Amino acid sequence: MCLSIPSKVVRISDDKTMCTVDTMGVQRDANLMMMGDDDIQLGDYVLLHIGFVMNKIDEKEAIVSIDTYKEILEIMDEDERKRAILEDDECPNRGA
Amino acid sequence: MALELKNLYDNFRDGETIKAYAKIIAEDAKKLKNPINIMEVCGGHTHTIMKFGLPQLMPENVNFIHGPGCPACIMPKERIDHAYVLAMQPDVILVTLGDMIKVPGSNGSLQDARAKGADVRFVYSPMECIKIAEENPDKTVIFFAIGFETTTPMTAVLVEQVIKKKVPNILFHINHVTVPEVMVELIDSRDVHVDSYNNRIDAFLGPSHVSVISGSKIYDKFPKDYGRPVVVSGFEPVDAMQGISMIVKQFVEERCELEIQYKRVVNHEGNLNAQKLINTYFEKMDLFRWRGLGNVPDSGLKLKEEFASMDAEVVYKDVLPIAEIEDHKLCICGDILRGMAKPPECTIFGTACKPTTPIGSCMVSSEGACAAYYKYGNLI
Ligand code: SF4
Repeated sequence: MCLSIPSKVVRISDDKTMCTVDTMGVQRDANLMMMGDDDIQLGDYVLLHIGFVMNKIDEKEAIVSIDTYKEILEIMDEDERKRAILEDDECPNRGA
Repeated sequence: MALELKNLYDNFRDGETIKAYAKIIAEDAKKLKNPINIMEVCGGHTHTIMKFGLPQLMPENVNFIHGPGCPACIMPKERIDHAYVLAMQPDVILVTLGDMIKVPGSNGSLQDARAKGADVRFVYSPMECIKIAEENPDKTVIFFAIGFETTTPMTAVLVEQVIKKKVPNILFHINHVTVPEVMVELIDSRDVHVDSYNNRIDAFLGPSHVSVISGSKIYDKFPKDYGRPVVVSGFEPVDAMQGISMIVKQFVEERCELEIQYKRVVNHEGNLNAQKLINTYFEKMDLFRWRGLGNVPDSGLKLKEEFASMDAEVVYKDVLPIAEIEDHKLCICGDILRGMAKPPECTIFGTACKPTTPIGSCMVSSEGACAAYYKYGNLI
């Protein structure tokens, strides 16, 4: 489902085409090619969809929604948390 | 004890919160002068609305019209036939996304093509095409691109990379469509065909992920020029209920505005770079024929002429059929999308037409209105 958990950018490749994001403790790579060269900086919050960074999320809004998920995610074990977060990214409803 | 995955979503599906919104909507609806019909444009919303039984929670004077926002559902049969014919060409690998596998054309679906030996692949991300092309240098990879504004920039990124990396063996068959144009068509065609106020689309629940790319600005004209409020809303039931409540409030307070329920990811401008990418590689087609709705001006995209050598519709022109293929004459998808009928009113709903044997567009993907009614129909 489409919760759109904000992901934090923790690494950007030298050619700025890929980045590593941290979604509440789960890290993975994402494609940055949909964004302009300097649109995304380290520490920015972003929304992912099928492996792409779709856009930056306003930091204030991002922190509010992360807080919403935090308590629940914290008590999940590692595997479950990973599954939950990855399922969120793969939400098929984002076609429109 | 480990927590279930579903707990993650509880805040957004919480029964109490949904009921609280239902109460607010019911109270506000008492003050409505006329009944209102809300179109949820996106199939993701249709799915949520039916899955969580939201129509049951609505007062009598608030009704849903299920919109056309489902990428697989809107593909007319002749374009599915294109995919099928391309897949059957020698030395071709046809690549596409998700639900397209089971959408039937006049020769069958891509699943059927695969059963006949065609190399059809379904990928998670369009970028996988590059790897497939590199691993199969003697084959032509054709990316059959579908989707609304959400996925269009991803195809544009792939086009850009194919050019930059000089990958010689990738072609594109573009079927990207745009949301605002079909919304205009639905308003206009309804205004022409139907006098009854009850069937009018009075407001839109706007899709959110399209707006992440395009910005909510694409809806500015609906309150301004068409007198229809739009609330861009998230997909979870609590998001949808809040969005519906915001729409009803606008009518009660006699406002007509664009509002964003889903502020956590949507803003007015959207992703400007993604919009630039789309404009670099694509241009509008004069018409795109939507399954169930017919020709809608300016609602489809194609590769610009300068990229014609990468356009499968140009390269394979001689083998691609051009005749339009109508849906089954009993199918009333067009009426459903225009809010003139609900799926159970179709005489073959659930009998000849089911998700396993879809006859019309609204049954082909889980996001289509008929498929959602079929799956969750006992809630209605
Ligand atoms: S049930 Fe099937 S045939 Fe009837 S309107 Fe829906 S998709 Fe069309």
